Amino acid sequence: MNVPNLKPKDFTSDVTPVWCPGCGDFHVLMSITRALAELGRPPEDIAVISGIGCSSRIPAYTNCYGFHGVHGRSLSLAAGLKIARPDLTVLAMSGDGDGFSIGGNHFLHACRRNVDMTYIVMDNRVYGMTKGQPSPTTEPDWDSALSPGGTGLSPFHPLVIALASGANFVAREFSGNIKGCTKTIVEAVNHPGFSFVEILSPCVTFRPDEKEWKNQVHGASVPETDDPARAARRIMTDDGMNTGILYRGQRKPYFASVKNTFGEIAPLERAFEV
Amino acid sequence: MKSAKNVSFAVVGSGGAGAITAGSILIEAAGKSGWHGLMTRSVGPQIRGGEAAALVRLSTKPAFCMSRDFDILVAIDWKNADRFIGSMPVASAGLVIADPAAGDPPAALRDGDCTIVECPIGELAKAIQGGRPNMICVGLVAQLTGLPIDMVMQVVASKLESKGASAIEIGGLCIEAGMTAAAGFGTRFVLETPGKPDSKRWLITGNEAVGLGALRGGVEFAAAYPITPATEVLEYLAPALASIGGALVQAEDELASINMIMGASYGGRPSITATSGPGLSLMMESLGLATAAEVPLVVIDVMRAGPSTGIATKSEQSDLNIAVHGFHGDAPHVVLAPLSVADCLFTAQWAVHIAETLQSPVIVLSDQSIGQAHVLIDRPADVTFLTRRKPYQAASEPYLRYAVTADGVSPMSIPGQPGGQYTADGLTHTERGTPSSTAKAQRQQMDKRLNKIEAFDFGDHWGVTEGTGDTVILTWGSLTGAVREAIDALQDDGIDVRLVALRQISPFPEKPLQAALSGAKRVLFVEQNHSGQFYRYVRSHIDLPFDIDRLNREGPDAIGPDEIASSIRDWKSQ
Repeated sequence: MNVPNLKPKDFTSDVTPVWCPGCGDFHVLMSITRALAELGRPPEDIAVISGIGCSSRIPAYTNCYGFHGVHGRSLSLAAGLKIARPDLTVLAMSGDGDGFSIGGNHFLHACRRNVDMTYIVMDNRVYGMTKGQPSPTTEPDWDSALSPGGTGLSPFHPLVIALASGANFVAREFSGNIKGCTKTIVEAVNHPGFSFVEILSPCVTFRPDEKEWKNQVHGASVPETDDPARAARRIMTDDGMNTGILYRGQRKPYFASVKNTFGEIAPLERAFEV
Repeated sequence: MKSAKNVSFAVVGSGGAGAITAGSILIEAAGKSGWHGLMTRSVGPQIRGGEAAALVRLSTKPAFCMSRDFDILVAIDWKNADRFIGSMPVASAGLVIADPAAGDPPAALRDGDCTIVECPIGELAKAIQGGRPNMICVGLVAQLTGLPIDMVMQVVASKLESKGASAIEIGGLCIEAGMTAAAGFGTRFVLETPGKPDSKRWLITGNEAVGLGALRGGVEFAAAYPITPATEVLEYLAPALASIGGALVQAEDELASINMIMGASYGGRPSITATSGPGLSLMMESLGLATAAEVPLVVIDVMRAGPSTGIATKSEQSDLNIAVHGFHGDAPHVVLAPLSVADCLFTAQWAVHIAETLQSPVIVLSDQSIGQAHVLIDRPADVTFLTRRKPYQAASEPYLRYAVTADGVSPMSIPGQPGGQYTADGLTHTERGTPSSTAKAQRQQMDKRLNKIEAFDFGDHWGVTEGTGDTVILTWGSLTGAVREAIDALQDDGIDVRLVALRQISPFPEKPLQAALSGAKRVLFVEQNHSGQFYRYVRSHIDLPFDIDRLNREGPDAIGPDEIASSIRDWKSQ
């Protein structure tokens, strides 16, 4: 049931975020509440599910149903909820550490499973909650106390991994572009199957260099495609800063769901009679 | 002629020879005829092919465990039999039926005291067009044990229905040929005529029974990752859930499965997963979240020999420690253990009831010995619990998801209910659910969660106590069956022993257990693990002012009734 005239503030709570002043996640929260207002479903029909980390604090800052789970498992919670309650709009929220490191395996299988939900990852290329360690998307030479001189590891490439694993919708946005984020989130929610939106969301505390992102991001120069090979080639060869919807596929969403009416147990019992 | 109260037989053959099918036909026919019994399968460590044996015990009384040795061993062939024949000894008065065309029986049998008779099983089958040796074996065992032919044929007809009338006819001819061949092998294994059961018996495994019990309890969703010996729970639930409108999802690992069921349960659907020790280890962190966020869910742990990968196909009761103590922080929750295959159904249903009522995770400790055994049971009684989460009702005040209440249980909204929005959280939180690191919130919510578990009325279901002797055998979970049979045998010798068995492990049922132990002088603890986890657990909760003895051993050798009875006899004679 859609409710007309919903406002972003209908989706915000009175809980004060723990985020640092200037954190990109404030903007992501704004984009999400704007997108939800535009989508027009009341807050009780929305579930916002997360793991652990700065970005994963977001459910309590909305007025939706929320679940702040354990580290790395937001996609599993969200998939269980959506399959059990296909009537709900389910958003899984994560960060680059939560989603791509400890939760990396679930990311692959969520893309494969293609449950009809939206996965938003706030990527700041650092573990912020634990005060500045490298994440899977951190540059190899980024110096930190835990990895002096850098990790020396190639960054994880979430958009290509998503494509290769079967995600049905792949987009990149920048948190500072609230209009663009809002539009893409609306499109992602409306698209059937598993939609993945990576939002570059600067950590001004541990990655002050990311304040420059606002000058570096640019809209994708070519339109979206439904050809995963083409999308992958573009994403692998771009500068990592182009934004917009990059791929929109047509795979059938995951088939199983719990129904609202239940059959009798008696026939199952009779199967054991000798 | 004195007829037998128990007869055990094994049908042995290489993979594909149909030994398991023969065993299934025989136990079903026995169930139709009014006997009790159980069947286990022995299959080789290789994935496919190799040896296979159906191990069956038929009995006039409920049978809880396999006999120590076998009365009858029928071999379709001896391929690879050397590998496992040592684990199925034939009684000294037992009978081995061997096909001379299959070569010599293994040395372990030739050197024993049992009688070996020859029977041309292969030739008899060949003489019937389309005949199969395993059906000859069905005839041999049916004749030896006195199974009514009409019941055997009813089972064959239903099993071969899809293959047509001629297949059924050929099966019948084979069985007749087998019966004729066994006519000269004696009547000492003929079972006593059974009483008539009140209703149709069921043939069910513990793994199926926990699945069915969960469905009876109202489970609508399951997610799981395959693991021996729990996979059959999932394979039972997948089509069963789909048939009633629920769903089962195969997850990518146990971290996913436990979180999927937590998500589904948060969405208002009673949910379950099943695993074994390694999977339970992976689930511990998330089970702590279910405790803190107060999400109802049930985890079936079909225990196997550990630690680590251990012996995946063999039973142990060695996950008591992790189930009770594996959570970090102080995390009150519920741990139950079914007392038999039949009790798997009740305990699983009760587990769902408790989980939903208390908004808490419940761990059910089944194990391989009951999980994978096919047992004839009387139809389990219908149990109707008033299972319902305390519902959220819209009100003008802001909703407090974790409100402190007299019984510790707070009203729980489910997504879709206007005004019921909250964020479930593993962070310490206020009554509203808002994260808080204050001493007040920590104390308040911990008290509340402990209170709801401790205040709950577990009723008479905490366990069983049978008999009045001042010698007590104290056990838990699946070992209860072997203890019951031991106590029966002791009673036949005039030795009175009291059984006390715990179904409710945590919270510790202190009061009912103290009452059950009143007047006891000696207590024998019986459990299937190396360190005596149950003994130490009980001791950590109550004083034990008794003479104490312990019979505990790790897998794979099952503790059987004879051994338990010997422990008591040796003790009595001191």
